[in-house]
Amino acid sequence: MASESRIFVKGNEAVVHGALAAGCRCYFGYPITPQNDIPELMSKLMPESGGSFVQAESEVAAANMLLGAAATGTRAMTSSSSPGISLKQEAISYMAGSRLPGVIVNMNRGGPGLGDIGPSQGDYFQSVKGGGHGDYRLLVLGPATCQEAYDLTILAFDLAFKYQNPVMILGDAIIGQMKEPVIPWKPAPVDSNEASDWALTGAKGRPMRLIKSLYLEDGALAAQNIRLRDTYKAMEAEIRAESFETDDAELVVVAYGSIGRIVKSAVRNLRKQGKKVGLYRPITLFPFPAQGLRELAQKGKRFLTIEHNLGQMVEDVKLSMIGLADSDFHGHMPGSIPSPDDFEAPILSALERSAS
Amino acid sequence: MTEQLVFDRPEVIADRATHYCPGCQHGVAQRLVGECLEEFGVVDKTIAVTSIGCSVFLYNYLLVDSVEAPHGRAPAVATGVKRAKPDNIVLAYQGDGDLASIGMAEIMHCANRGERVTIIFVNNTVYGMTGGQMAPTTMIGQKTTTCPGGRCAEREGQPFKMAEILAGLGGVAYSARVAVNNAKNLVKAKRAIKHAFQAQIDNKGFGFVEVLATCPTNWKMTPVAANERIECELIPYFPLGIYKDRLNEGEGC
Repeated sequence: MASESRIFVKGNEAVVHGALAAGCRCYFGYPITPQNDIPELMSKLMPESGGSFVQAESEVAAANMLLGAAATGTRAMTSSSSPGISLKQEAISYMAGSRLPGVIVNMNRGGPGLGDIGPSQGDYFQSVKGGGHGDYRLLVLGPATCQEAYDLTILAFDLAFKYQNPVMILGDAIIGQMKEPVIPWKPAPVDSNEASDWALTGAKGRPMRLIKSLYLEDGALAAQNIRLRDTYKAMEAEIRAESFETDDAELVVVAYGSIGRIVKSAVRNLRKQGKKVGLYRPITLFPFPAQGLRELAQKGKRFLTIEHNLGQMVEDVKLSMIGLADSDFHGHMPGSIPSPDDFEAPILSALERSAS
Repeated sequence: MTEQLVFDRPEVIADRATHYCPGCQHGVAQRLVGECLEEFGVVDKTIAVTSIGCSVFLYNYLLVDSVEAPHGRAPAVATGVKRAKPDNIVLAYQGDGDLASIGMAEIMHCANRGERVTIIFVNNTVYGMTGGQMAPTTMIGQKTTTCPGGRCAEREGQPFKMAEILAGLGGVAYSARVAVNNAKNLVKAKRAIKHAFQAQIDNKGFGFVEVLATCPTNWKMTPVAANERIECELIPYFPLGIYKDRLNEGEGC
């Protein structure tokens, strides 16, 4: 159901429009650069659409407001950037433990600590390995374009409710701040029964419901953790990745998000020079699209992982292909935005190594 | 002569023994909340937010839809519930460590925004479930496991008077402090809890009731002595009364 009209928006704004299209009814946020466009636009559009906007007193409170709204089966969202996401982790862990759906946007900036406000992929571990306390995972989606930011936000709401689990959109300061044309589209209206078997709405006509993450009875927590494990396994049905020029590639570069897109330009330029390189871009960062990598490894490809950090996703790349292939790594340090040219030398260098 | 039942258990209160220690007044506070919900006829539309510590098990005894909040965050969770479901009655039930220490930011801002929620604050001047550590409401001189020589004002500050503090905030429609140490105070306590819910039902703003309660186990007292301590030590520092009542004023924005 594509609409004819295009909108020219920042990635942050695309997320907002996607959330509204997905039926988001509550947004709770707190200002932090570089995602401020999200609460700013939400403060205007959420009340206009009959929903609720709250500028919380802290990221901690915003995430707990999300928990509360989610407990009622309402589509709700919060957004932040790295230091703020750290503060939200307490509530995110509780949401995962309580099996509550909600969308959390992280426009990753540089760190650790206060770092800088520029782009980085330093929050990969925090996003895909749990982040807060306990043994849990988020379903994590990494957009590379403003259109994808819109599309994946809509998907995020659907998946959050499908799996009753928080979903994170992991962007960065590049995707959040760049402006591109986006073709908005309207998904099917939200099923009013989507949370009817668990949401808290008042116990009229039924026994009370309880949403909790405390399991004290003997064996109860083990059973809950097994349920969570099974949920994460089931999420593998959602695995998404982009393969670009990988068929005849000798070297496959693995990169995600904004860096994946910059690498794509580098690959395109190198192809013009006759170099047999390709790109594998994970879109679901958890569950990680391991099978696609294994298939490429079985075809004898060699790999280079490029990230905007010291090397985090590369561990998942290596684990995916264990026994089949290894991956080189090139990390562009946070503090500057790389151009496609910056990646040509490391890609060519890895290509030469793979040929030798 | 046939037996006649003159004082029954509210249906919203579960028919089971509580885990609370002998002499603990959580059960009394929870019963009052249940009575009020039934009298308003809102049991079916109430959503409770439970907190950490002894308070968390409210959901084992008060039979309404409930969600568990992280430590101190119940007012934020309640905000999310109420914003998502403005037509429901939202109750949060917190202890003193939860509300006045780790959750101080959340309670202040929730109250200041005038969220249409009702918060019952059980103040027993100690961290109960974790074994009797110092709370923000621990009395000067009171010995706990983390102030073994007694709380010292110069070192640990004065106990927070939450009912008075919150009454000063614009969004608060009702703020009161009550005790459940004798029949007279119990009647007043129920009236206050009812008014705090009325503030929400009438869309007047935030409703708050601080309930002074015993913790005989961590006070290392008999239930009777603990009850006497409420009268002799707590009430003189934490005066009972209504600190704000805007129930008869017009609605805000």
